[in-house]
Amino acid sequence: MTILEINGQSHTVDAPPDMPILWVLRDLVGLTGTKFGCGIAQCGACTIHLDGQAVRSCVLPISAVGDRKITTIEAIGSTPAGRKIQTAWLALDVVQCGYCQSGQIMSATSLIAANANPSNADIDAAMTGNVCRCGTYNRIRAAIKQAAKEA
Amino acid sequence: MSRELLEGQKLPASNGSNRRTFLKLGLSVGAAVSGGLMLGFSLPAASQGAAPSGRSAIGGDGDEAPKSGVFEPNAFIQIDSNGKVTLVIPKVEMGQGIYTSIPMLIAEELEVPLDSVTIAHAPPNEKLFTDPLLGTQMTGGSTSIRYAWEPMRRAGATARALLISAAAQQWRVDPASCHADRGEVVHAASARRIGYGKLVDAATKLPAPESVELKDPKDFKLIGTSAKRLDSPDKINGAAVYGLDVRVPNMVYAAIVQSPVFGGTLGSVDDTHARKIPGVRQIVKIGNGVAVVGDHTWAAKRGAAALDITWNEGNGASYSTDDVIKELASASNRDGAVARMDGDIRKGFNEAKSRVDAVYQQPFLAHATMEPVNCTVSVRADGCDIWVGTQVPTRAVDTAVKVTGLTAEKITVHNHLLGGGFGRRLEIDFITQALKVGKQVASPVKVVWTREEDIQQDMFRPYYYDTLSAGLDANGRPIAWQHRIVGSSVIARFAPPIFKNGLDPDAIEVAATLLYDLPNQVVDYVRQEPQAVPTAFWRGVGPLRSTFVVECFIDELANTAKIDPLAYRRDLLGKSPRALHVLDVAARASSWGSAMTKGSGRGISFMHAFGSFVCMVVDVTVNTEGEVAVNRVVCAVDCGMVVNPNTIEAQIQGGIIFGITAALYSEITIKDGRVEQSNFTDYRMLRIDQTPLIDVHIVKSSEAPGGIGEPGTAALPPALTNAVFAATGKRLRRLPIGSQLVSV
Repeated sequence: MTILEINGQSHTVDAPPDMPILWVLRDLVGLTGTKFGCGIAQCGACTIHLDGQAVRSCVLPISAVGDRKITTIEAIGSTPAGRKIQTAWLALDVVQCGYCQSGQIMSATSLIAANANPSNADIDAAMTGNVCRCGTYNRIRAAIKQAAKEA
Repeated sequence: MSRELLEGQKLPASNGSNRRTFLKLGLSVGAAVSGGLMLGFSLPAASQGAAPSGRSAIGGDGDEAPKSGVFEPNAFIQIDSNGKVTLVIPKVEMGQGIYTSIPMLIAEELEVPLDSVTIAHAPPNEKLFTDPLLGTQMTGGSTSIRYAWEPMRRAGATARALLISAAAQQWRVDPASCHADRGEVVHAASARRIGYGKLVDAATKLPAPESVELKDPKDFKLIGTSAKRLDSPDKINGAAVYGLDVRVPNMVYAAIVQSPVFGGTLGSVDDTHARKIPGVRQIVKIGNGVAVVGDHTWAAKRGAAALDITWNEGNGASYSTDDVIKELASASNRDGAVARMDGDIRKGFNEAKSRVDAVYQQPFLAHATMEPVNCTVSVRADGCDIWVGTQVPTRAVDTAVKVTGLTAEKITVHNHLLGGGFGRRLEIDFITQALKVGKQVASPVKVVWTREEDIQQDMFRPYYYDTLSAGLDANGRPIAWQHRIVGSSVIARFAPPIFKNGLDPDAIEVAATLLYDLPNQVVDYVRQEPQAVPTAFWRGVGPLRSTFVVECFIDELANTAKIDPLAYRRDLLGKSPRALHVLDVAARASSWGSAMTKGSGRGISFMHAFGSFVCMVVDVTVNTEGEVAVNRVVCAVDCGMVVNPNTIEAQIQGGIIFGITAALYSEITIKDGRVEQSNFTDYRMLRIDQTPLIDVHIVKSSEAPGGIGEPGTAALPPALTNAVFAATGKRLRRLPIGSQLVSV
């Protein structure tokens, strides 16, 4: 049994030590907002925060989490940066199919929490790991800038 | 796929009315909506599918049993006694914004605030939800708004007329003296208002109006505005439910290992190691693969990796892309089925002063939707539930009938938001497979493919081989045009009745319907199937293939004639004002003709397809390493009357990025009967740092609406390769660009 702190709540899960947090969240805890995309940290759909840091949960075994706090898309709106990003995402109607957007929002939140005024290069660096097959990149860039302006 | 293409198609799809359990009250009203075909039968109550943790306003099944006190004037609208409006959307939402634009069409006439409606997925029912442009209940081919434009407004107007009549009766006033406003009927003269919810019982008892009047477009309040997407709120907080997110009580999880070789079958399986992995419950054999069932996805995946399988690889094991190309090249020497013949091509070539010949090739492509292929099923003796995101819900019923032996009324399909479609979810191979697994598993089971399976076991956009020849007169005008298309026919498998006389109407689209003035032309099609490689529709379908070939070749002719590519096109499109207009808008917005720096180039393309007119101008830079950077894309689009310009801009932007990915990177290759690519590492996607500025110009138009989901993708690649030609002088006749320029 492993105790995890997820979105401010304590969860006890029965998982093998090599089980990626992605599947712990989705299959054992029932938080399905974090998405499976590639399984090898190449698309960013599974992005979560560990102590506010964006990480790819599909390659993060449960044994590596330790006592770090997990935040997922379901609770990111309760952080100031997450709320700003979500507000900008709505204002600019960024989403299309929406499947990758949990990961996009988690990466973008991590960016503006650490960098109140990201340049285009900062946005590229923070967001290049997140694939969007629908091609919402132009609006993602605009929404991050808008969210940063609200800071 | 267009209106012309699939119109009149009659597929042997399931008859949804078989699934009726209750006859709805007031069903005669429904007949007014779409030509009297609708019978308004209800469907079995939504079953035990438990919603995941997030609360979603979208995604209830629109197949609930009728409740008393609910006004259902047709299959698309339900209003309860509290005034809550539920709209059952006959098209699936896969990113294209249809869960916003169809509600806009209905709400415009129903006079309800858009943000107050609840959205439900339409259940499988051909009688209620067939798109006449496609001949079936299907989402694809950029037909949704073309189909919905009138019937959805009519559905709203019919409901509004009945609600007004009900109020007028109650007030004993002339219905003509009443109007509807924000979910209420208003009698202005007496300053009375009554909410729709209070009119439900009375409206339900009224007969359908003989006819209803639709608003004059100048009176539209909602249509034509950039209304916010109704699915956005759920998609930014994890609440949106895709097929992959389904959680059903007692559900187990399955991972799949399928034959790595096309056409291969399962030989022997040693599951000794797999069974020892904690959480693995069961090993299930299916025809061409093995499923490992576990307590969670991780156990199933680890179990699948631990299997020791021997495959009967069969003849496919020596097959490669080179073989495919050889077969296509050889087939290109055969005469094809003639798709278009104008004038006298022999005379044209005889009189020509110069001649241009070219072969164009386009690769197999995987769909790579962000949501990997998945399907959850519960197969029981007394019934079957399927939880999936599908573009073809009635086909899901059909395959379930075949696999389970149950009758159609025992099958319930719970459709979901699609994490990308692009044609992949027009196929039911994975639904059939999940059912075969589910038949052998005692509890509900969710089958999820890895990304590697998703790419390698896809059904692929066909490899196409096109040959073209043109003869030019002394002024450089084409007086002979010959185009032969060679490749797999998706239509022949997907919709056999419309593959007629050797012609695939999708494969020839655009190529055989060019607006260019080509007095002597022959376009023909040779069907040549690759061995055991399954082919399927892919975003852009026939027009994607044709437009690349035609628009590059037109550029070749312009270059031969030493005429500016824009001027050359304008000259040949002189009879189409809509075509000329998008060319002019794009040219102006892109400063066509202005100087470019060394290593940079600007290319153009034009397309008329899906009922829309598109012109793209692409600026690229090619560096000394032969790498292409796309700097800017300007697109002018005339898609007729606009429902939501915000959606159109998003579809064009996204379609362009999809097209750039295809043109620069996308290619599935086969070696030893196996797909060589496996994940986003070797099947690359465009990322944000390579994304160009995209400038979309929507041309004002009062013409009928055209499609918008695919034009951006279909028109992009030739403008990009034409820009590469302008930058480097190198004519690329094969996609993707990949490393072709490295030696430049």
